[in-house]
Amino acid sequence: MKSLLKQGHSLAESDRQIQLLEQAGLTRFSDKMDTVGLFPLTTNSLDIFQINVGKMCNQVCEHCHVDAGPDRKEIMTRGTMQICLDAIDKTNCHTVDLTGGAPEMNPDFRWFVEQLSAKGKKVIVRCNLTIIVANKKYHDLPEFFKKHNIEIASSLPYFNSAKTDAQRGEGVFEKSIRALKMLNAVGYGMEGTGLILNLVYNPSGAFLPPDQDSLQNQFKRKLRQGFKIEFNNLFAITNLPISRYLSYLVASKNYDKYMEKLVNAFNPMAAASVMCRNTISVGWNGFLYDCDFNQMLELKVAAKGQHLNDFDLEALQSRHVILNEHCYGCTAGAGSSCGGTVA
Amino acid sequence: MDTYYNPEDLKKFGKISEFQPELGKKFFDYYGSVFQEGALTTREKSLIALAVSHTVQCPYCIDAYTEDAMEKGCDSEEMMEAVHVAAAIKSGAALVHSVQMMNKYKDLSM
Repeated sequence: MKSLLKQGHSLAESDRQIQLLEQAGLTRFSDKMDTVGLFPLTTNSLDIFQINVGKMCNQVCEHCHVDAGPDRKEIMTRGTMQICLDAIDKTNCHTVDLTGGAPEMNPDFRWFVEQLSAKGKKVIVRCNLTIIVANKKYHDLPEFFKKHNIEIASSLPYFNSAKTDAQRGEGVFEKSIRALKMLNAVGYGMEGTGLILNLVYNPSGAFLPPDQDSLQNQFKRKLRQGFKIEFNNLFAITNLPISRYLSYLVASKNYDKYMEKLVNAFNPMAAASVMCRNTISVGWNGFLYDCDFNQMLELKVAAKGQHLNDFDLEALQSRHVILNEHCYGCTAGAGSSCGGTVA
Repeated sequence: MDTYYNPEDLKKFGKISEFQPELGKKFFDYYGSVFQEGALTTREKSLIALAVSHTVQCPYCIDAYTEDAMEKGCDSEEMMEAVHVAAAIKSGAALVHSVQMMNKYKDLSM
């Protein structure tokens, strides 16, 4: 399977995605936020840097909001990583969250992790699991992660191959199980080690995620019984209607119903706690966004200094978040963020 | 009226109170309470509702509880097993009446 970009698909273009979202005839998200006193949406602080180190990935997932894949060549250079490090030094952020693509495929990934780790920041790596077993050069990643006390967040949409492979590709479940065993073997997810292994659930289709706590219990039971696998927490994340997932919704004729579902599930409590209020998202080329979704829609921050080269903490901390109809995905039900539910 | 069953009518379920607000409210209060987490989980209740939807052959209910069960984390295997439980009871209920047929048959036979 190729990325939408490689296919020349119209929804590879961010403008076309935004046009489709705005044409859906929904109550504008900004108007909805206004009704609960959250417009304009202000930021609280800058606690988390979420850095997308490139769109290259060994997988081509059906729901990927990045449109990542082996054919994507956008990759963060060591020079841009250095500017990231300099910017981080100007803030009191406590967490750096590395994502991609498969972040481990960036040739300077390990160097970057070492620099971040030396700063004493909590570092999260969004590891797709299969990269660990994809090639011999990645087999030592569990040891590397352990050495730097990296927190791992890994997608696993279900505890069987049917649902997992439908979303993430043929054979992904079996490889993910192998990788999880390797992470468990060095202590990840095991009681008393302090090595955190969190799993991420996204629905494999046009429906909302289940209750996070119940699902976590179910995952723990099934993965322990079936595969002797342990993990810490499960994050239930809603699929946002952009990029490949948007393309799936349109092709499967689920788009209108899904958007209606998101709007009807709007939860003011979740809206008040969305992740963009304490996070800044950095693109592979150093541009700044309110979140990884806005990054993929190329909606840069509404503040002076839209690039790391012009990093202006004060301007970023007093910015208004750019909103659009895809934001309904973060405010539906119990809410959704890169750390799971928020309400 | 083009058809007896219109998928769009499912969204209008709440409007059944229009002609009888008092009873409608009582029904929806009851309905809401039944599906709360209790001795059974909401997930278990969703699977029961899905199975019963098939025995009462309600297309609205099947539509609603297929989606609801998926949003409760159920997979196709579990959902189909639930339907088979309902189907087994339904066919068993038909077959157990064959005892009456057999009794009658024997009464009338030499």
